[in-house]
Amino acid sequence: MKILVPVKRVIDYNVKVRVNSDNTNVDLNNTKMAMNPFCEIAVEEAIRLKEAGNATEVVVVSIGDKAVHEQLRTALALGADRAIHIDAAQNLDSLHVAKLLAKLVEQEQPELTILGKQAIDSDNNQTGQMLAALLGQGQGTFASKVELNDGKVLVTREVDGGLQTVGLALPAVVTTDLRLNEPRYATLPNIMKAKRKPLETISADSLGVDLTPRVTLLKVEEPSKREAGVIVEDVAELVSKLKTEAKVI
Amino acid sequence: MALLVIAEHENGVLKPDTAKAVAAALKVGNDIHVLVAAANVDPIAQSAAQIDGVSKVVTFTDEGCEQHLAESLSDVVLSIANNYSHIFASATTTGKNFMPRVAALLDKSQISDIIDVVSADTFKRPIYAGNAIATVQSNEELKLITVRSSAFDASGEQSACEISSLEHNVNNTVSHFVSAEVTESERPELTAAPVIISGGRGMQNGDNFALLNGIADKLGAAIGASRAAVDAGFVPNDMQVGQTGKIVAPDLYIAVGISGAIQHLAGMKDSKVIVAINKDPDAAIFQVADYGLVADLFDVLPELEAAL
Repeated sequence: MKILVPVKRVIDYNVKVRVNSDNTNVDLNNTKMAMNPFCEIAVEEAIRLKEAGNATEVVVVSIGDKAVHEQLRTALALGADRAIHIDAAQNLDSLHVAKLLAKLVEQEQPELTILGKQAIDSDNNQTGQMLAALLGQGQGTFASKVELNDGKVLVTREVDGGLQTVGLALPAVVTTDLRLNEPRYATLPNIMKAKRKPLETISADSLGVDLTPRVTLLKVEEPSKREAGVIVEDVAELVSKLKTEAKVI
Repeated sequence: MALLVIAEHENGVLKPDTAKAVAAALKVGNDIHVLVAAANVDPIAQSAAQIDGVSKVVTFTDEGCEQHLAESLSDVVLSIANNYSHIFASATTTGKNFMPRVAALLDKSQISDIIDVVSADTFKRPIYAGNAIATVQSNEELKLITVRSSAFDASGEQSACEISSLEHNVNNTVSHFVSAEVTESERPELTAAPVIISGGRGMQNGDNFALLNGIADKLGAAIGASRAAVDAGFVPNDMQVGQTGKIVAPDLYIAVGISGAIQHLAGMKDSKVIVAINKDPDAAIFQVADYGLVADLFDVLPELEAAL
């Protein structure tokens, strides 16, 4: 079976984000970019399913300008077989991303699509669910375990009260949570090999999706700063301050 | 037009998130309906009917909705969505799961995890793990919104409003519930607790988390953890406080052996009072703490338990 893994290029998670001077967005000039960490987990899961003999092909896709080739090559170096770049303007609504991906799923017909549960830039947590809806497929979100078995997939999900396992008919959509796996690092020989793996670019226009924005970003601000407080000497002083000054215990 | 809030529930009990989502909805309009979709709807509906500002509770009885299956829940919400100008859900693992499915089925964009209502179409929401706050405007006729519970004070109580039931045949052939593994705890839930004590990588192993128990008992606190502690396998992920775990804002947050990574701060920096206990005086957590104690947690925790 074929697995499709959409990945997103985002600011590296170690980089401190700054709002730009005219408060229109964050400043991403000269910033280190990387594959969204949840997407790395998605790529890893797909590769493990292939290594276990459950999948035959892993196709990665990313939407954006040419810069996303970097993340696609990374995914190829990790073990994906083939990459597709959908050439489109950045900052699409999640709904538009899901619609573009749905068109691609119609063409590629994967039995499983695995995505990160959220991107660490927009923090929307929408795309996988929207994709599943558009395709009429089941969704196993926030997965900590994925088991393929007899024409269906069992997904154990990280939910607020603990864990929940759902069964989904294939084809299906899965989104990854942190504990699903620990992504590997690409080795130098695999990075070299990845350069020769196929990477195809298609234009978003060719997929026939209306990309008119539905949400307008009006302003971006720094969050209100929290002032550092005082350093107390010992437990006695801490308890005393919490009782008499902060009055919280 | 009326506004719809989807009730959040577990085991026949309405969760406090719903009164907070109602509070967010009240900033937009005052004709608020609440949908209770569950197996045993009556006790949940009666609680929802007593949330101040709710004019009608609509119930729908279904086993798939009881298990929060997104495919079932979204199908029910879809059947009544066009009666409303706004639909609100809590940004819990349930709301985050079904709401985007509703949005896509309605061909609408969604606005996730709002922390403030500016106007009926404009909302504030954190991006980049809370390192920036975006003000966004929805151009959709029907607005679909998830609400960060910790950013809103729960709406108060009223005498119960009307409760009616909904007829609908759920169309879900693609997913089914298999099993649940619920974390049993006598303690309050993280997102509702007035006091939280959290451990980080400094706890060194899972067994040492027991050192937090006595303090949590005395303070009526929930116990949380940083992502580092979860990643290290000390404790389960449902204890995680942070950008990718639970977002909390208790009256008192005690961070023990937590360095203060951006992703953790994103989950707790709106707490009213923050206490940090860490032996590294340069730990970032001290920059947001109201009270810092630079000391070895293995010395401090027994002392603190005794002093309370």
